[in-house]
Amino acid sequence: MSDVMVCAESVRKRFGLVEVLKGITLEVHTSEVMCLLGPSGSGKSTLLRCINHLEKIDSGRLWVDGELVGYRQQGDKIYELRDHEVARKRAEIGMVFQRFNLFAHMTVLQNVMEAPLLVKRLPKPEVREYALELLERVGLADRSSAYPSQLSGGQQQRVAIARALAMKPKLMLFDEPTSALDPELVGDVLDVMRGLAADGMTMIAVTHEIGFAREVGDTLVFMDDGAVVETGVPREVLLNPRHERTQAFLSKVL
Amino acid sequence: MGPPAKPEPAAAGAPVARDEHELIRAVPVRRPLRWLAGAAVLVLLANILYSVSTNARFEWSVVGDYLFSSAILEGLVLTLELTAIAMGLGIVLGIVLAVMRLSPNPLVSWCSSAYIWLFRGTPVLVQILFWSFIAAIYPTISLGIPFGGPDFLDGSANVIITPFVAAVLGLGLNEGAYMAEIVRAGILSVDEGQTDAASALGMRRLQTMRRIVLPQAMRVIVPPTGNETISMLKTTSLVSVIAISELLYSAQLIYAQNYKQIPLLITVSIWYLIATTVLSIGQYYIERHFGRGSSRELPPTPLQRLRSQLRIRP
Repeated sequence: MSDVMVCAESVRKRFGLVEVLKGITLEVHTSEVMCLLGPSGSGKSTLLRCINHLEKIDSGRLWVDGELVGYRQQGDKIYELRDHEVARKRAEIGMVFQRFNLFAHMTVLQNVMEAPLLVKRLPKPEVREYALELLERVGLADRSSAYPSQLSGGQQQRVAIARALAMKPKLMLFDEPTSALDPELVGDVLDVMRGLAADGMTMIAVTHEIGFAREVGDTLVFMDDGAVVETGVPREVLLNPRHERTQAFLSKVL
Repeated sequence: MGPPAKPEPAAAGAPVARDEHELIRAVPVRRPLRWLAGAAVLVLLANILYSVSTNARFEWSVVGDYLFSSAILEGLVLTLELTAIAMGLGIVLGIVLAVMRLSPNPLVSWCSSAYIWLFRGTPVLVQILFWSFIAAIYPTISLGIPFGGPDFLDGSANVIITPFVAAVLGLGLNEGAYMAEIVRAGILSVDEGQTDAASALGMRRLQTMRRIVLPQAMRVIVPPTGNETISMLKTTSLVSVIAISELLYSAQLIYAQNYKQIPLLITVSIWYLIATTVLSIGQYYIERHFGRGSSRELPPTPLQRLRSQLRIRP
C-alpha cells in the first residue's frame, strides 16, 4: 500500500462561470493531519467535497489510496464510475460537516448505526456494540437515545464524528467542524479530533482554529482564490509566512 | 420637573412584611363585554337547538329508522372502499409523478408537469363523466404491442370500464395530480445536508431516498394527505351522478320513493361526519409518529392529556 493517502494533481472545478479550484496540487500521507486555512470562498470546502466525489472535478486528477476518485482508468480512457461504485468508495472516507447534518428523525444511536447496517450489512449486535463504544469515546454514551434536536451543537458534532467513525474510514474529512458552535463548545469537539490524530487517523480539516492547526496539524495549507498559496509545517507558516497574502490573512486572524 | 423620587422603604411608611415567594393576588379586571358576548352565543345556540328539536319536519324518527338500514350501511361501505382505492391510486401515482417531476431527464419531468396541468385543470366531475363515457371514444380496449402488434387482452370498453372502475379512475387519477405536488413539496423540504451526509456515508441514491429523505419528508406530506383523504371521502359523493350506490346515491334512491329528502340527507351527513372524525383521529396519531425528532417533546396523545388534567395537583 502506498504511503500517500490523497494525491491531487492540477485539480480544477468550476461552478457555472466561477472557477472555484484553479489547479490544486497536494499530497496527504497516511496518518498525516493536514489543516486547510484560508478566507471564505477560497475553495477549501469544495476541495474537501471533491475528495469524496460529492462534487465532480472538471480537470486534473485526484487519487485516494491509489485509486482515482469517481473514475476508472483503462489505458488512456477514463470511465465514469457507476453510482454504487462511487458509494462504495465514499463508504471508506468519513466526512464531518459544518452544520452536523445528523439524521433528524433518528436517535443518536440510530444515527451511528445506520450506515454500518445499511451499507456494510454488518450484524446488528456487533454494530451496536461498536456504536456504543464510539459514543463512549466522544463522551456521549448517556445520550444515545436522544434525538439530535435535544442536543447542543457541540454534542451533535461529536455524534457526527462518531457516525463517520462507525464506518471505520481510512480518511476523515472535516469541513469547518467548529464554525457553527458556541465558543465554549469548540473545545470538546477539538479534543475528540486531537484524540483521533493521536490514534494515527489520516485527516484533512478545513478549520479556522489556528491553535488546533499549530498543535495537531502536521501540514498547513493556505489557500486563496482557488489556489494553494503556501504549504508547510504549521508552526513555521504561522510564525513566518512567506507569501504576503498569507501574512495579510494571518494578521487579521491571529 | 425632576425625576420622581425613588420610594425608600423607610420614607413610604413601614413596608408590609412579605414572604418573597408569595404569589400575587390581584383583583382581576372586569370584562363585561365578554360576559355579554357569551350570553348572546348561549341564547343563539339554545334557539337553534330548540328549533332543530321541535321542528317536526326534520323527522328525527325517520333518521333513526334509516341510520342503520342495510341500504345506507352498504352505501357507506362502498363510499369507504371508493375512498381507500382512489386515495391509494392517488398516493402511488403522486409519488411516481413527484419523482418524475424531479428527474434530471427533461422529457420525463415535462410529462409529469403536463399530467398535473391536465388533471388539475379540469373539474373532477367532468373527469368522472368522461371515464364513464369512455366507450364512446374507445369502444374496445386492448392490451398488446402498439402500432398493429398482437393483443394479449381485448374487450369491450363497456365491460371493462364498469361505473365503479370509471369512478375509481376519475377520482384516483385526479387525486394523483394533487398528491404529486404534495409529495414533491415534502421531498424538497428535506435539507440537502441530509443527502450529503447520507452520500458521504456510502449510501446509494435509493437507500438515501428510502431511509433518510422520505421519512423526513413524511412530516410535511402527512398533514395535507390527511386533508386530501377527508376531502376525498366527501368527493366520492360526486360519483352518484354515474349511478354508483355509494352513501349519497343510496339515500337518493330511498327518498326518490318515499320523498323524505331531509331526514335521509341528515342520515348521510351523520355518517360522513362520523367517518371524517375517525379519519382525523387517525391522522393525529400518524402525524405524531412522523414528528419524531422534529420537536424536543412529542405532543401528548389525547388520552395522556386527559390523564394529566385529571391528576390531582398539590
